[in-house]
Amino acid sequence: MRKALLALATLALIPCIAQAAAQPPAAPITIGHYGSLTGSEATFGQSTSNGIKLAIEQINAKGGINGQLILLKEYDTKGDAKEATLAVTRLVKSDKVVAVLGEVASKLSLAAAPVCQEAQVPMISPSSTNPRVTQAGDYIFRVCFIDPFQGLAGAKFATGTLKAMNAAVLIDQAQAYAVGLGEQFQLNYTKLGGKIVSTQTYSGGAQDFTAQLTAIRTAKPDIIYIPGYYTDVGNIAVQARKMGITAPLLGGDGWDSAELAKIAKDAIEGSYYTNHYAPDQPDAKVVQFIADYRKAFGNQTPDGLAALGYDAANILFAAIKNSKSLAGPDLRAAIAATKDFPGVTGNITLNKDRDAEKACVVVELAGDPPQPKYVTTVAPR
Amino acid sequence: MPSALDATTNAQLRRPNLPLITLPWLACALLGLAMLMLGRFLGSYQETLMQQVGIFAIAAVSLNIVNGLAGQFSMGHAGFMAVGAYVAAATTYYGSLLHFNTAELQPGLFNFGHVLMLIGLLAGALVAAALGYLVGLPSLRLRGDYLAIVTLGFGEIVRVLLQQTSPQVNGKDPAEIAAFTDAPLRTLARIPLNGALGFEGVPAYATNLWIWTFVGITCLAAYRIKESSSGRAFLSIREDEIAARAMGINLTKYKVRAFVLAAFFAGIAGGLLAHAGVTTSPIDAGFQRSFEIIIVVVLGGLGSISGAVLAAIVFVLLPQVLHPIKDYRLVIFALLLISMMLLRPKGLFGVREIWNILPRRAAHTKPGATP
Repeated sequence: MRKALLALATLALIPCIAQAAAQPPAAPITIGHYGSLTGSEATFGQSTSNGIKLAIEQINAKGGINGQLILLKEYDTKGDAKEATLAVTRLVKSDKVVAVLGEVASKLSLAAAPVCQEAQVPMISPSSTNPRVTQAGDYIFRVCFIDPFQGLAGAKFATGTLKAMNAAVLIDQAQAYAVGLGEQFQLNYTKLGGKIVSTQTYSGGAQDFTAQLTAIRTAKPDIIYIPGYYTDVGNIAVQARKMGITAPLLGGDGWDSAELAKIAKDAIEGSYYTNHYAPDQPDAKVVQFIADYRKAFGNQTPDGLAALGYDAANILFAAIKNSKSLAGPDLRAAIAATKDFPGVTGNITLNKDRDAEKACVVVELAGDPPQPKYVTTVAPR
Repeated sequence: MPSALDATTNAQLRRPNLPLITLPWLACALLGLAMLMLGRFLGSYQETLMQQVGIFAIAAVSLNIVNGLAGQFSMGHAGFMAVGAYVAAATTYYGSLLHFNTAELQPGLFNFGHVLMLIGLLAGALVAAALGYLVGLPSLRLRGDYLAIVTLGFGEIVRVLLQQTSPQVNGKDPAEIAAFTDAPLRTLARIPLNGALGFEGVPAYATNLWIWTFVGITCLAAYRIKESSSGRAFLSIREDEIAARAMGINLTKYKVRAFVLAAFFAGIAGGLLAHAGVTTSPIDAGFQRSFEIIIVVVLGGLGSISGAVLAAIVFVLLPQVLHPIKDYRLVIFALLLISMMLLRPKGLFGVREIWNILPRRAAHTKPGATP
């Protein structure tokens, strides 16, 4: 018995040795990613992860950065702030990553940012739009626009393109993201001459929205702004159409998931949301990215979060290449110097607040089954 | 072969002798020391993990008083924790702003920041205990499912109320700090607890030393309660309320006492969590968190203190160990729980403690030894 075990153990060693022999001489550079790979916002984390993996695959195929391959360490957060803190501490302290990518949800980025800041490890959030995220310190960056701009873009689109001057707002009061974006939309919408006819709240994960929708129906809005996440929005859309509300729905990048159309089906058709990118945007970079992504991940069309994950990783790689060393302060300076980076989600310049300044895309859900279709671009400032 | 019930009652009726009193103390002290060492030598991830284990252990041991010993099925334990967390967090955060003019962590082993934390912990625990009294009162008339619904409702009320609070004073903006220190009461009157975003930026004074000291205190208190006349009253209420009443036990008094004690220590657990570098959000008061604590208590055995501590360790560490299997880790976790319930329906230790079980096992394996 013991002999058999010994033989097995020896056999098991062979691939390890073979792998060690095949490795290139330079040590790989380890980067970290933490995201909600499970839980109610699972598609966010999975898409981001895919985007990052695609970027790593491509750079490693080209021989890595200065001869060093990129290695990814990834931990699941379940969409839980405590898990996010643990995951990032593990990445920074145990795995000694040079930089951290993540998270999607602003709340989790806020929970983990102090860990990176204290350890002087740069963190790039691909898609946390709450303004407070990068205020955690000078090591925290993001490659997406922030909520004040997204709210403005939504308000501009509603008043300008749609000529909808009466809006109802339905906010998930349990989500920091939704509360912040909702506030910004209301502020800008009234500034642009619109009128908020009804403000309703719900709690994320609720199943019945009849009470709120009845109040909204009575107020007769031209448009309903719902800055929530896709699971709830899908349910709201179905119930709103059942109640005879025909006004189009408008939302933010929290809608960006293929799950939304699966939940809401035709109820979501003709609704709009502001996003980081649209898959049918007339841009050579986008076309190339989508082709690569479809090839790598079994014909899935990448959503905005995948694109942002891809951009965040590539900005990090560019910075690693330009940085004097892999030490935190040097890498931080290199990331902060990012200017006019040609990303899939637009040209990215990091401003002095470490936020990305770039355009916002408005997308319509059209067709059967509803697919995101590019409508227009709202430029920054 | 004596039945399990006989063994249980025997264990309870035995007067606690010296080793029995010192054992939990010693165990906790050793464990705490080991944690400290681990934290020092293994780097910070393990340290963070140990902090969460300790806090979870306090939460589980405190819930064990009301769910395990007194048999009152409370599903609002996370609500008490959140109350303690918010009171403690606000005390330290706003106290630091007033005293140090910043919310940054003050260096040193012991300074006024630590005093603030201790005041906050006590205040949080007392507020939680007061709310425990309020929730304990309806438990006089309600039993089983109905009590569960009331306590569940309590947690949800706390969650929704916390979501309505106004933004907190930004500790990184000198102008906001100045405005706050000029008129602290006016600012505090609008309850600046940061709504759905969660209260953040609380200086992390709760190191493993502090947390594991409190684990020791909680375990000792719980153990003394279990072995006291109150503890026996709790157990008798759990087994049969009518019989307990017939034996002259004041149901009202003991049920409320169980709730207040449990809420007090839950408040401490919450306060420590807020000081361990974790953002406190309203979600932490919701039923999902309460379920997690219930799972730990049931896993460890309803009524077993050492069981609750052990289960808390497993509950925090297992998902971390299972990271490599990605999406399936939560499935495996659930499977482990189910198989546990099928194989050992009374939990790891039942109502007994680890030191009641280990010597017994040893005695059974020795041939000729009297059981």
